[in-house]
Amino acid sequence: MKPGGMSRILLIEDDPAVREGLELALSRHGHWVRAVESGEQGLDRLRADVPDVVVLDLMLPGMDGFEVCRRIRTTGDMPIIMLTARGDDIDVVAGLESGADDYVVKPVQPRVLEARIRAVLRRIGRDQAELERHGDLTIDRAALVVDKRGVPVSLAPTELRLLLVLSSTPGRVHSRQQLLESVWEHGYFGDSRLVDACVQRLRAKIEDDSAAPVYLQTVRGFGYRFGPV
Amino acid sequence: MTPLGLRARLLFAFALLCVVTAAAVAGGSYVQARNDILRRTQDAAVQAMTSRLQALYPLPTTDPDREELAEIAEAAADRFSLSVAVHGGLRAPVPPPQPPPPGGEGPGLEAPMQALLMVSPELGQAVAGGNTAWQRVVWQDRPWLIVGMPLLVTEPGLPPQPSGIEVYVARSLLAEKRSIDELARRAWLTGGAALAFAVVLASLATRGVLGPVRELGRAARLLGEGELRTRIEVRGSDELADVARTFNDTAAELERHVEQLRAMEADARRFVADVSHELRTPLAALAAVADVLDEEAARLPDPAARAARLVSQETHNLTALVNDLIEVSRFDAGVAALALNDIDVAELVRATLRARGWPERVDAELPSGVTARLDPRRVDVILANLVGNALRHGEPPVSVRLSADPEWIELEVRDHGPGLDEKVLPHVFDRFYKAGAARTRSEGNGLGLAIARENARLHQGDITVTNAEDGGAVFTLRLPRRASDPEGGPA
Repeated sequence: MKPGGMSRILLIEDDPAVREGLELALSRHGHWVRAVESGEQGLDRLRADVPDVVVLDLMLPGMDGFEVCRRIRTTGDMPIIMLTARGDDIDVVAGLESGADDYVVKPVQPRVLEARIRAVLRRIGRDQAELERHGDLTIDRAALVVDKRGVPVSLAPTELRLLLVLSSTPGRVHSRQQLLESVWEHGYFGDSRLVDACVQRLRAKIEDDSAAPVYLQTVRGFGYRFGPV
Repeated sequence: MTPLGLRARLLFAFALLCVVTAAAVAGGSYVQARNDILRRTQDAAVQAMTSRLQALYPLPTTDPDREELAEIAEAAADRFSLSVAVHGGLRAPVPPPQPPPPGGEGPGLEAPMQALLMVSPELGQAVAGGNTAWQRVVWQDRPWLIVGMPLLVTEPGLPPQPSGIEVYVARSLLAEKRSIDELARRAWLTGGAALAFAVVLASLATRGVLGPVRELGRAARLLGEGELRTRIEVRGSDELADVARTFNDTAAELERHVEQLRAMEADARRFVADVSHELRTPLAALAAVADVLDEEAARLPDPAARAARLVSQETHNLTALVNDLIEVSRFDAGVAALALNDIDVAELVRATLRARGWPERVDAELPSGVTARLDPRRVDVILANLVGNALRHGEPPVSVRLSADPEWIELEVRDHGPGLDEKVLPHVFDRFYKAGAARTRSEGNGLGLAIARENARLHQGDITVTNAEDGGAVFTLRLPRRASDPEGGPA
């Protein structure tokens, strides 16, 4: 996929009008959209033809969005953008904890959703830099691979980008606002819970003890810092 | 307010009542007893003297010499009294030359001799007129009864005539005085005891009255503070119990009404919340295709193109309205929560202006280095609303000024238009408040300032509005630099 170009989108949304409206709007901008109405159908489709990104409504009949989200996460590192009802903060937090990369509040403006999809899919620039070692962690910025004690760590695209941004300047504090702009391409007023949730997920994957992080350290009141290890 | 409390007034009334009663009863019987005692003493003294003098008749002479006068005087006295007889310029017996030393013990019979020599003119006259008369005097701090009696000459066929010889007898009233003093002492004692008893009774009575009154006052205060469950324990069946019962009934009624009103308000708010949520799904579908309509409008023939643009535009407005209604419902339901972050305030303000393309239209005075713990998204909503209003309704220049003290930050948004009508000022933060007929829908949906203020208050801050003296409306947003994290989620 080229930036701004066509992407393959799997839309899981139970309301027919919303489903049709979003399908219409996204297809019109040249995306390939596969729309299904339940989580079960969505997981089936995921196996049949692998999309670039999943747009997932959280409130689904049968298997709910959180469960779908968790299942997609166990099978791969597919980017997931969830659709949430406005004001349902608990849903946002639970959705992010289930592994979603970003969220959009309904009613959705297609161009906002498109911008988020683009941000999630933006190809991470590969450097020619050598292998970086930070403690037990090896980061290969050319191959976009992260190893921990020689074992590859499976990271979702947002998690990888967050780790690359933070680890590029070990010891420097990044505010949540800065991270929202550089990793999620949100404006200054994005939801800082995106950062917190992603840091939590990342810690679970690379830290020995999430409660006493070595790599991803919280600087209370300011943001996050990588190491120094 | 009375100068004295109810307690003091009740005590005073009880004490007064007791004093008056004691004075009437004890005082009355004291006076009666005293008079009785004195009269009996006088009568006895006169009686005794008369009977003793009777023994002198018939008088040996009507012109006695000193010796004879002394005999008469001796006859008139007994061992409790002493006497003097007077005839013309003669007196017998002759008094001792000096009064006894003051404080001398015993009845001291010499002293009254002096008193006898100073018989008052009234007594002297009465006796000279042929009557028996008496008088009480105090001599040397001792009470004395002085009885004067003329000796009479009786001739057959004529009424008795004064013989010119007068006898005065002085009798000490010390013993009587002691009895009377004892009486008085007992009267005072009884009165004092009664007074003390009355005060104790009054205290008990006031406690009985004031306890419930105080309880009533406390309950009324609690009720006023909104503790509608406040009730009073009803004791007994007196007037105070009636008042307590009335209070309880009133409180119960009040509670019922307030609960009803609250339930109605909650229903109304829930209805708004439900409607907003129900509108969200169809709006989501509409919003998804509104952009398509907008983009296609250019290719449509005119009426259809205008219709398409109108639908698209109004879909956006409707979306904004529903979003605001949902936001307001969240404040009403108390589930709006702060996502606090340490923020450089100047940077935040600049980001708000930048995000809406306003930096050229707004004079921003933003000292750097002011940090505060805020929810940036909510502060952005507030600022966007205040600055947006100033740009829409006011005249340029529109300015944003940041100031801070150790506890608070203050953001002042000001325009240079005509300002707001004084009548409108108190209502600008009301929901859907329409400031006159001139207000049109394009100026916003009527919830913006209400939401802005709710957001400020969620930070434990506030927004105020005034008109500047040289024109223009001034909105001041005050936020604490350390808004407290609402522990346990929603605040």
